[in-house]
Amino acid sequence: MAEEVKLFKTWSSPYGLRAVWALKLKGIEYESIDEDHDNKSPQLLQYNPVHKKIPVLIHNGKPVAESLVIVEYIDETWKQNPILPQDPYECATACFWAKFGDEKVLPSIWRVFIQEGKAQEELLGQAMENLKFLEEQLEGKVFFGGEKIGLVDIALGWIANLTCMLEEISGLKLITQEKFPLLFGWMQNFVCTVFVCLNPKPTERPRQLGGLQALDY
Amino acid sequence: QNIRERMAGEQLVLLDFWASPFCNRVKIALAEKGLKAREREEDLFGGKSELLLKSNPVHQKVPVFLHNGKPVCESTNIVTYIDETWTSPPLLPTCTYERARARFWADFIDKKLFDTGGNIWRSTGQEQEAATKDFIQIVKLLEGTLGDKEFLSGDKFGFIDIILIPLTSWFYAYETFGGFKVEDHCPKLSAWIKRCSERESVAKVLPCPQKVCELVGMMRKMNGIE
Repeated sequence: MAEEVKLFKTWSSPYGLRAVWALKLKGIEYESIDEDHDNKSPQLLQYNPVHKKIPVLIHNGKPVAESLVIVEYIDETWKQNPILPQDPYECATACFWAKFGDEKVLPSIWRVFIQEGKAQEELLGQAMENLKFLEEQLEGKVFFGGEKIGLVDIALGWIANLTCMLEEISGLKLITQEKFPLLFGWMQNFVCTVFVCLNPKPTERPRQLGGLQALDY
Repeated sequence: QNIRERMAGEQLVLLDFWASPFCNRVKIALAEKGLKAREREEDLFGGKSELLLKSNPVHQKVPVFLHNGKPVCESTNIVTYIDETWTSPPLLPTCTYERARARFWADFIDKKLFDTGGNIWRSTGQEQEAATKDFIQIVKLLEGTLGDKEFLSGDKFGFIDIILIPLTSWFYAYETFGGFKVEDHCPKLSAWIKRCSERESVAKVLPCPQKVCELVGMMRKMNGIE
């Protein structure tokens, strides 16, 4: 049966990119529908009436919303190149860190870059603490998922993209090789794997952003 | 299989707080599987135990479920772990699309309900009115997804029901301080609450809403709200 897979996303949203990476990892052909944040299409509003947001995956006409729910759905539907671990305890651990990224790490990093002066210093402490937890998780591993990219890598992939952009704009370096050697190494590995290995057109020049390629394509 | 047989050789511990809807999710899930954990009540106001701080260093919150000493944190995560470790009866559906739907609504409930309810009792005046309006909108969405089904999960009590039902023991507190009734806006959801509350696993676990309301009243005083 011919499968119909569509993905509503925007060019920049890290949440949309998660679904892109998952589909690419599985080698799934899909139609990409880029939405305008300020002018959402009637189809998007129809497919995600609760949140009215991207990403939304449409599989044979049925919508799935929320980026991590989409990644899990992709993983359960197409069995090649598994993203989540089989073992229930490892799976629970992966889901825990993915959620930690969204609920704590992303907001804490964002807050650092939008504040100044003394407020920024205090927020910096919180962000550094959160990053230390992640650094510990990489001990003895190439990726959070082990030898290969897994759920946590996909969930935290925005760090490689967004943090570099913010550091470039503000001049404040958050993730350096000295402070977070494992995270720094992970970012390089992640970008390399996601962009170089999954890009079907390796001759295309990546867009340069602060020394690291943009991860959307 | 009775509880003893199921638990032969297994050590199940739950770091718990009686009023926490998140802890109660875990207890209901275990009961549905014919299991029971040793419940260690944490004193969230006096001082958290060493075991809690060690088992959940990131959030330092309950619930923490320890399976043979290995900690699992975050209630929705724990319920999923329980479902995958002791597979019968299943809490999540087998159909992939329905599983995604269940996870979507669990995510929605987790992100919106408890915090918005908290905004009701933590405030007064216009702020409280706004929070009450938000809360009613949220429960109306849940009413919509329930529709005419017997349970949120479909014909049988399942994952989404377990995720939502403990939060409803806080509804009386929100209604008391916010001056509204969920039943007026969501008759189907209210009927679902009654139906679930008659279930043994739920009836044994959920605290009395009046007691929860007293706790909330105490927390309001502690925060200087009147």
